[in-house]
Amino acid sequence: MANYKFVGDKGILVEFEKKIALEVHEQVRKMDAAVNSFLADKVLETIPSYHSILVFYDPLEIEVNNLLAELKRLEKSCSEMSPENQRHLEIPVLYGDEFGPDLDYVAEYNALTPEEVIDLHSSQKYRVYMLGFTPGFPYLGGLPERLATPRRKNPTQKVIAGSVGIAGDQTGIYPISSPGGWRIIGNTPLSLFVPEAQDPFLFKPGDIIEFKAIDRNCYQVLSEKTWDEDERKEIEIG
Amino acid sequence: MGEFKIIEAGPCTTVQDRGRYGYQRYGMPVAGAMDDFSYKMANLLVGNEAGAAVLEYTFQGPAIKFFDGAIIAVTGARAAVYLNGCLLPDWQSFFVPGGSVLSFARVEQGARSYIAFQGGLQVEEKLKSRSTYLRGEFGGYQGRKLKKDDCLEFYGQPQKTDYTCRYLPEKFIPDYPSKVEGRIILGPQVECFSEEGAKNFLKGRYKVTEQADRMGYRLEGPEIKHKDGADIISDGVAAGSIQVPGHQQPIILLADCQTTGGYPKIATVISVDLAKIAQLKPGDIISFREIELAEAHRLLEEREKLFQQIRTRKMKFGPSKFLNLKINEDNYRVMIEEIRD
Repeated sequence: MANYKFVGDKGILVEFEKKIALEVHEQVRKMDAAVNSFLADKVLETIPSYHSILVFYDPLEIEVNNLLAELKRLEKSCSEMSPENQRHLEIPVLYGDEFGPDLDYVAEYNALTPEEVIDLHSSQKYRVYMLGFTPGFPYLGGLPERLATPRRKNPTQKVIAGSVGIAGDQTGIYPISSPGGWRIIGNTPLSLFVPEAQDPFLFKPGDIIEFKAIDRNCYQVLSEKTWDEDERKEIEIG
Repeated sequence: MGEFKIIEAGPCTTVQDRGRYGYQRYGMPVAGAMDDFSYKMANLLVGNEAGAAVLEYTFQGPAIKFFDGAIIAVTGARAAVYLNGCLLPDWQSFFVPGGSVLSFARVEQGARSYIAFQGGLQVEEKLKSRSTYLRGEFGGYQGRKLKKDDCLEFYGQPQKTDYTCRYLPEKFIPDYPSKVEGRIILGPQVECFSEEGAKNFLKGRYKVTEQADRMGYRLEGPEIKHKDGADIISDGVAAGSIQVPGHQQPIILLADCQTTGGYPKIATVISVDLAKIAQLKPGDIISFREIELAEAHRLLEEREKLFQQIRTRKMKFGPSKFLNLKINEDNYRVMIEEIRD
């Protein structure tokens, strides 16, 4: 059973078990899909995250207790729903050197060689638990424990767009250049956020992604692409 | 299409509308006008539909040269408004002939004002909104604050004959005191705080620090202790949410706030009070009072009724009268207009 909490006068937080786990996120994913398809005319938008969904509504349009009742009814029925199609994406990454200035640090910290870090990082499936921090920034779950590395103490360096980083037991990709404290081990030539595109965000909550190590040549070729919507579909696998 | 040029920009003048909704799940902040009451009123006064893009300025207004005639209204923080050097009323629409210069004195009360143009500002829509999200350098006019010599356009080209005066009756014009009460709904993570911490929060007076911008205000006051650490599993946040990081001082999240956060949120400011919080300056004081959710919704409905009333009301000025006054040996002619509903 989910917990229902009010977030001010325009939000309801639907909260599942408080942990970062696949099975909890699967509940989030189902409920979020159900709210956005069956209550689309009653809610404004939702923010799904690790273990909860923040549902925004317009109190001038709907009575909050009615919405609450509808959400609870939906929660009961949505566990039996088959989850919406989950996308699998392959993200090319050039690891190390100037694109991954912290690769050596992550290796040293975990008593691994840089090659082992790359192998471990690129042989996992990661789940996009949520997007936040900056537009299009994916919080990825599934980092091997052996790669966990604390953040930088001084998070002022400029991190370039496409940087793949590690912070604690999380890994993520910077969609736009911004300051940040994550340990940067590589860079993807893909654009995670294309403001002019019809669908400007590469990732959706719930996507499964895998990293694929590429070389400098391949990086060069891929970074010259425009990555419009059709080309982005190429990275879908499975 | 009418055009104007920025002669002086002021410290933070941006294009804003009601905000960018529908993309928070992708990490895109809502942005939009900080003080939604003044924003909506400014649009209503010039006859715009809700949602038109306006200018928002902070502390010091811009100086604007109009190349074409415009119908505009200025609302929000109180500052003297000048047209070609002559004082103009705020919270009222007026016609500005092409060639005029609109300028402002420094804000005396409040922090943010709005300049609405009949027809609305014409900048490219990005993700269904014209709002500027400054940190993301996204939307609005080139994703940034306005600078000297920027030229902007507004839809339509109104003539003086199109002009119907609309004003907000004095009793509805908000005051912007430097001490305010923010009404709140407790939660969603009030249980993360010690009893004493929660009590301090509800009884304390908090000062707005220098770190106060469109993303949020850091406050300073009685400590709000956590029960057991200041980290939660990140979840969605809303404008008005009051998060408390490890330093035990609250931060009110505002229009440009991130969409998710990892600090517990003790309470959320109700929607109608965000407008007065948007008008606070560093050094101002805020205290909090818990209210029922139903009360918050009633207040929102009440405010909506006022918007409806202004939307449907057209107020014309009656014939002008002139008075000749002599003050300190100088002669003045004062124009008086009778206001009729």
